[in-house]
Amino acid sequence: MPATLAKSGGLFLAMIIALFGMAQAQDTAFAVHMGIMALAALIAALAVMKGANLSGQLADNEHQYDDAPVRWGVIATTFWGVIGLLAGLFIALQLAYPVLNLGFEYTTFGRLRPLHTSAVIFAFGGNALICTSFFVVQRTCRARLAFPGMARFVFWGYQLFIVLAATGYVLGVTEAREYAEPEWYVDLWLTVVWVAYLLVFGGTIIKRREPHIYVANWFYLAFIITIAMLHIVNNLSMPASWAGSKSYSAFAGVQDALTQWWYGHNAVGFFLTAGFLAMMYYFVPKQAERPVYSYRLSIIHFWSLIFLYIWAGPHHLHYTSLPDWAQSLGMVFSVMLWMPSWGGMINGLMTLNGAWEKIRTDPIIRMMVLALAFYGMSTFEGPMMSIKSVNSLSHYTDWTIGHVHSGALGWNGMITFACMYYLAPRLWNRQRLYSLRLINVHFWLATAGIVFYTASMWVAGLTQGLMWREYGADGYLVNSFAETIAAIHPMYLLRAFGGSLYLAGALVFAWNIAMTIAGRLRQEAPMTETPYNAAADRPLPAPARSAGLGGLQPAE
Amino acid sequence: MSRYELLRQFADSWALLGMCLLFLGLVGWTFRPGARRHHDEAAKLIFRSDSDD
Repeated sequence: MPATLAKSGGLFLAMIIALFGMAQAQDTAFAVHMGIMALAALIAALAVMKGANLSGQLADNEHQYDDAPVRWGVIATTFWGVIGLLAGLFIALQLAYPVLNLGFEYTTFGRLRPLHTSAVIFAFGGNALICTSFFVVQRTCRARLAFPGMARFVFWGYQLFIVLAATGYVLGVTEAREYAEPEWYVDLWLTVVWVAYLLVFGGTIIKRREPHIYVANWFYLAFIITIAMLHIVNNLSMPASWAGSKSYSAFAGVQDALTQWWYGHNAVGFFLTAGFLAMMYYFVPKQAERPVYSYRLSIIHFWSLIFLYIWAGPHHLHYTSLPDWAQSLGMVFSVMLWMPSWGGMINGLMTLNGAWEKIRTDPIIRMMVLALAFYGMSTFEGPMMSIKSVNSLSHYTDWTIGHVHSGALGWNGMITFACMYYLAPRLWNRQRLYSLRLINVHFWLATAGIVFYTASMWVAGLTQGLMWREYGADGYLVNSFAETIAAIHPMYLLRAFGGSLYLAGALVFAWNIAMTIAGRLRQEAPMTETPYNAAADRPLPAPARSAGLGGLQPAE
Repeated sequence: MSRYELLRQFADSWALLGMCLLFLGLVGWTFRPGARRHHDEAAKLIFRSDSDD
């Protein structure tokens, strides 16, 4: 009881500090954010008081896994996934029809784009990573989650980070750093949440009953530690005021740019790759009911990614004022990354060796195979685009956007959906998913969507790249920028069409998960029938009389 | 010699060598005798909860 009193008292104090910050705010956005923080502190304080005996319940229950934060995570992943994809479709349409900027500063492309990227990467992807990591680390360590109260703080604290980031973008708060737009106070909040995440995850590994630490946990741990390092270094900054939403970076010029892309590319490498590979190394073998193809290869995959990825960032700054040697270093390490990436893809795909028919009979396995195929395709395309001569054509064009989406929609999206389909019936103790056939509908909508998206962006990117570099005989550029925009307008429409297909698939997914949680079972034909032919299932007729009893045929 | 040049030279020589040896050591460790049995066990670890408990 004193603990409850101290906790709720501390939260009320936090609320009062936030309200004080709101009163002292130098700008509207900071006031709004302090208001949100005060509200969150109030809700948390009320929740602590209402569930006063919660920590008592949580503590002595070591005989079963702590899955409540995982269940919340599945719901949050589904919700933010739909929101993020909807925002993506809207900004795709804004690019095709600028009138959709609606004439308000809050709804311009520049503000909604980071809303889309953060919603899909950090809200959809991040919730998937947090909830699957909590699920996997308990199962592979054969131990209940460490620090249950802190695990709940990680989930809700992360949702608060998402809300602060999203509202900040719309209000125009930005550090203008790709994938790290939130301002200093939101960064500090995320740091606190992330340290708690590391303690929960690391604490569970320390109290494990299983002597070996399964390889998926290596990938999760690398993801958590590296993201902490990247986040802190990239966001080193000085606030202009302690009650304002503006700060200045600790770095300047090309050093700032390199820090930013060291962060940006390793967010791809350790958030969108290492973390999702951890999901792959647990859920693909589990769904296929076969151990991973080569455990040795998975360890080599791990160390190669760790040692190579961290150097690849400079390929985002080809032909800039970054020193030439640094550009070449980024290019060489990016090309070398191709090998461990394909090693990992082969390891995942070959896990199905001897059970390939599951691609036909198991729609979740089919989705996982598609994810691995896109992991392979985008990790081939990436190194190719990092080669300086290729980059001189592809950089700043929509080819880059197409590349990112083949990885994000194909690899991250599909592996996440597959894992959520795996988790939902198990977490809510259902006989099966609401519908296996709807997974197929989702699969084909998503696949067609990705094909429309990437193919149209390849064409758009090459068109832009070639038009931008076209010189006439007199040495002047042939095309104006506006002409290149007009040329790729049809591609923008095809991209938006692909995005709408992918969003439709995600809505089918959300419906399927929601109905599974509700405990409904869709009446549908099973994925596999029992093959039986009654006409053929009988003894052969007796041989003809005339041959006699000893008249066996030579062949018999 | 400036601090930049000093760091560059160290990064290009000893740090590079150290990182390469560390990487080769970590990869080489998976090829040690007896690793296969250990790896096979580790790969099946995630299925253990289904059979014995």
